[in-house]
Amino acid sequence: MSEHTLDARNLLCPMPVIRTQNKVNELSDNDTLIVSCTDPGVINDIPAWCRINGHEVIEIKEADDEIVITIKVIHK
Amino acid sequence: MSKQYKAAALISGGLDSLLAAKVMLEQGIHVEGINFFTGFCVEGHTAAIRKKHQDKPKRNNALWSAEQLGIKLHIVDIVEEYKDVLINPKHGYGANMNPCLDCKIFMVNKAKQWIEENDFDFIITGEVMGQRPMSQRKELLPVVANESGADDLLLRPLCAKNLPQTKPELEGWVDREKLLDFHGRNRKPQMALAKEFGFEDYASPAGGCCFLTDENYASKLVDLWQARNERDYEMDDIMLLKVGRHIRPKPYFKLIIGREEGENKFMQGYTKVFTHIKTVSHAGPLCLIDGPVDKDDLEYAAQIVARYSQGKNEDAVTLSITRDKEEPYEVTVKPLSADDIKQEWHV
Repeated sequence: MSEHTLDARNLLCPMPVIRTQNKVNELSDNDTLIVSCTDPGVINDIPAWCRINGHEVIEIKEADDEIVITIKVIHK
Repeated sequence: MSKQYKAAALISGGLDSLLAAKVMLEQGIHVEGINFFTGFCVEGHTAAIRKKHQDKPKRNNALWSAEQLGIKLHIVDIVEEYKDVLINPKHGYGANMNPCLDCKIFMVNKAKQWIEENDFDFIITGEVMGQRPMSQRKELLPVVANESGADDLLLRPLCAKNLPQTKPELEGWVDREKLLDFHGRNRKPQMALAKEFGFEDYASPAGGCCFLTDENYASKLVDLWQARNERDYEMDDIMLLKVGRHIRPKPYFKLIIGREEGENKFMQGYTKVFTHIKTVSHAGPLCLIDGPVDKDDLEYAAQIVARYSQGKNEDAVTLSITRDKEEPYEVTVKPLSADDIKQEWHV
């Protein structure tokens, strides 16, 4: 179980989702991924991607035009 | 226990691919979606760069479709590989810069590779015979199957009854009788089927999903290629074609001027790599400069940017210019008049 970060700032959707997807695929069960983004579309899209793929969104923080989403990796 | 067959569905986010996947799920097929990102895909929240579109839904329709269907979705970045499709389309372009037939062949070919790598049995698409003038004409549907290499592993559930049987039908993996015979541009059958399945909030029927079909976007892309004297692009280029007012006062450079706060904010992310101009004395837009410029060009560009600031009717507007990685410097200029901004400069 380890913590990882991903910088997806200044990327437009769906690129933050694709980067998240590709990073999550490299991680193990119960690892945590913290994704930093600026496109407000991620507030819908990353949780949607997590829901359909079985991963858990632990937290979404918004501050100063930046959105930080924390994901717990759960490979089905 | 009989084998559960697996299909990869090309999911665009539109109604047809949603329905095609649902028809397969109803037959007990295991379906997973593939969504290809070319860089030219129209997404609701791309418009969200602009504040005035904030009332529009910011969802990704492909993800939304997958969630409605209860299937996994694999989003595949094909930006680099797609360049060759766009730059050298064997079958040519549609009304604008849309290489629809080559695009479909390319995507089905990628899906064929995907099913081989992931041990899936066949591919489905939401194509409807005769619905689109370029890629879905009756005589062209076999071209997609043949040239993609998918051949009889490509099933179009919405119009399968109008087409020769595919392997999934011949082998009894799916029941042909439960497939459909949609054809033509009439969308009522799709809407009726959507209602039957309980889908209400789907993406606009037959709505364009690609910027390359958009006349304004296509003209900006052609302008970019002409100015650079080569048919090539980077991801940043095609993203920036979606934002701002594009003004080319001289053949070798253009200005990308933010139209409102949302665009200015988005463009701010590019200021590390682009020469840029900001108004200082008055509220005004951020401007990125694309192309090689000298000091005189930048002063002229500053006059243009000033025209789009709150100081457009003043005698003097001060702007800050940052060139490459140099320190910013300020210039004070008289804004160009409205008549000085020539119509033909607008890309």
